[in-house]
Amino acid sequence: MSEPDRTRVPLTGWGRYPRRDCEVAAPTDPAAAAVARAPARPLIARGNGRSYGDASFGPGLTVDMRRLGRLIAFDEATGELTCEAGALLSEIVAVFTPRGWFPPVTPGTKFVTVGGMVASDVHGKNHHGAGSFCDHVLSARLALGDGTILTCSRAENADLFAATCGGMGLTGTLLTVTFRLIPVRSSKILQETVRAPDLATAIDIFESGSARTYSVAWIDCLASGAHLGRSVIIFGEHAAPQDLDPSEQATPFARPSPRGKRVPVDFPTVALNRLSVSLFNQVYYRLQKPGRKVVDIDPYFYPLDAIQDWNRIYGRHGFVQYQCVLPLETSRDGLTALLTEIARVGQASFLAVLKRLGHESFGHLSFPRAGYTLALDFPANPETFALLDRLDRIVTEAGGRLYLAKDARMRAPMLRAGYPRLEQFNAVRRRYGLDGRFRSALSDRLEI
Amino acid sequence: MTPKSVLILGARSDIGRAVARRFAQSGASVTLAARRADALADDLADLRIRFKVVAEAVEFDATDGAAERFFDGLPALPDVVVMVVGLLGDQAQSEADLDAANAVMAANYTGPACYLLAAARRMGTRGSGCIVGISSVAGDRGRQSNFVYGSAKAGFTAFLAGLRNRLFKKGVTVVTVKPGFVATAMTAGMKLPPALTAQPSEVGDAIFTAVTKGRDVIYVRPIWRLIMTVIRSVPETVFKRLSM
Repeated sequence: MSEPDRTRVPLTGWGRYPRRDCEVAAPTDPAAAAVARAPARPLIARGNGRSYGDASFGPGLTVDMRRLGRLIAFDEATGELTCEAGALLSEIVAVFTPRGWFPPVTPGTKFVTVGGMVASDVHGKNHHGAGSFCDHVLSARLALGDGTILTCSRAENADLFAATCGGMGLTGTLLTVTFRLIPVRSSKILQETVRAPDLATAIDIFESGSARTYSVAWIDCLASGAHLGRSVIIFGEHAAPQDLDPSEQATPFARPSPRGKRVPVDFPTVALNRLSVSLFNQVYYRLQKPGRKVVDIDPYFYPLDAIQDWNRIYGRHGFVQYQCVLPLETSRDGLTALLTEIARVGQASFLAVLKRLGHESFGHLSFPRAGYTLALDFPANPETFALLDRLDRIVTEAGGRLYLAKDARMRAPMLRAGYPRLEQFNAVRRRYGLDGRFRSALSDRLEI
Repeated sequence: MTPKSVLILGARSDIGRAVARRFAQSGASVTLAARRADALADDLADLRIRFKVVAEAVEFDATDGAAERFFDGLPALPDVVVMVVGLLGDQAQSEADLDAANAVMAANYTGPACYLLAAARRMGTRGSGCIVGISSVAGDRGRQSNFVYGSAKAGFTAFLAGLRNRLFKKGVTVVTVKPGFVATAMTAGMKLPPALTAQPSEVGDAIFTAVTKGRDVIYVRPIWRLIMTVIRSVPETVFKRLSM
């Protein structure tokens, strides 16, 4: 097998911070991806580059998996799908939604690869009920970098499976993934919007809404005092044909024609400031009318996907996303402390999302655990990094942790404090000879 | 025309895969032809799952001189034949090693042209069909940096023009495709200007439209028609002094 072609290109994650010149291979043949003969060079697979920080590129060879995105087997009776790791979730949604199947778990963008969904063990708005993506993965084929290809699942190489689910690509190159889609009766979501004037109310609404399939809150981080934690909570259920407008009931899977907008240039770095974001947040809060309506899956699950290259609004220096989870018992106090600090500094976070998570996943480095997760965007600058260091202390004291798929700047001690199963993860990597062989900029930074 | 069946000659390439997907999306049955056809099982599964179409694979080598046998062996003559085979090669290597030069010429001109002659005779007899040849802007004018490849593509472009003329009265159309830069495995590692570089899916879309609308010669990104018009208009006494 000939070696895949290589080229050196500057790579970043979705946050466009940090940036690194990387040697890249883009194999079209799974055998080439499996071997990637570079005996002395560490490897890391890259999907569609939608993790925010530095997980998707490395100090050695970065293997671009997007040419390996074929759908290999589908069982119409059970919804079981086997595809190559480079398959995009957007394509899976486009192919299977009209046939009445939907991903069991979907993150906030559909421009992710299935391999990336496993490596980050992504969660969605249904985590409190459905768990994370890997809870629905039946098996995966993994190339260990020496030509060996192993199948792993809960029954076969179970230790490797637990390390791979949420393992950020550090346990080998995912080649194929088998998971189960869920049946749906339309391509629409029955959405219900509820306003919460403060954090305590928002949490009460989440706790009493645990039977809802999907739930998420947009939170105004600049609101303070009595308004601290002011939120708009959006519930969702897959709509049945009878929920739809009578004119649409005969074609429950019809999709609106795609209309994409694009951010054509980098915004000046001053475009997002405390004033503009505060204004946006206040207008948004008032525009979200409480009540029920039926919406297409795209605006419900992927609102930002409608704006291509939206990451450019933070300007050319990029941005960082900060996503933490706090255990249930410390959530109220911890979230109050985090939001107070953010509102005090007044750093403009354009996107702020609060969500109740269900149970801890089986993956050694999986992010979710029972509690509340808060996700925030900040422009990459020194003030942000100073603020995030202070937030780190609040998160660690509350017994929480940060999401590796979002992270670009945490340091090793915080990882060790937040991920007690790191030692198990490292033991599996040693057992299969993967330590040192698979490395990313993230794993170097976090001393994994 | 709305094609019901398409044969992709050179189906393992990025452009071949994109063309197969685009035709399958319209519901056409697809035959993938490539070397090591038995290794195309995953590609066939992908087309069947995504588009619920009939998809088959056949063994094919553009330079084996066995075009008559190849077409006789097909269960049916398809509505559309797309020749995707090409080999960029390396100009310096071609100048130093004549076997390398010969391989580039065979893969871009003599091999594909012979296969299309065999297809054309059968389509002419039937009185319908469409032949698509992927040529190149490199064939629009010979340049020092790639003239072995470019001259073979120039020959292929002239071949397609003549074939179009020959088949016109028989109800068979011929499309010449000049993709310009395309982000494929063939060009991986080259620094290509984004505005001039098409994705394989764009090439697939452009070819599908050209076939259904009966176009003759297409540049995938229209800017290339302008660029090549300028390049062709430079007088030879000037052109020979340029480093292009």
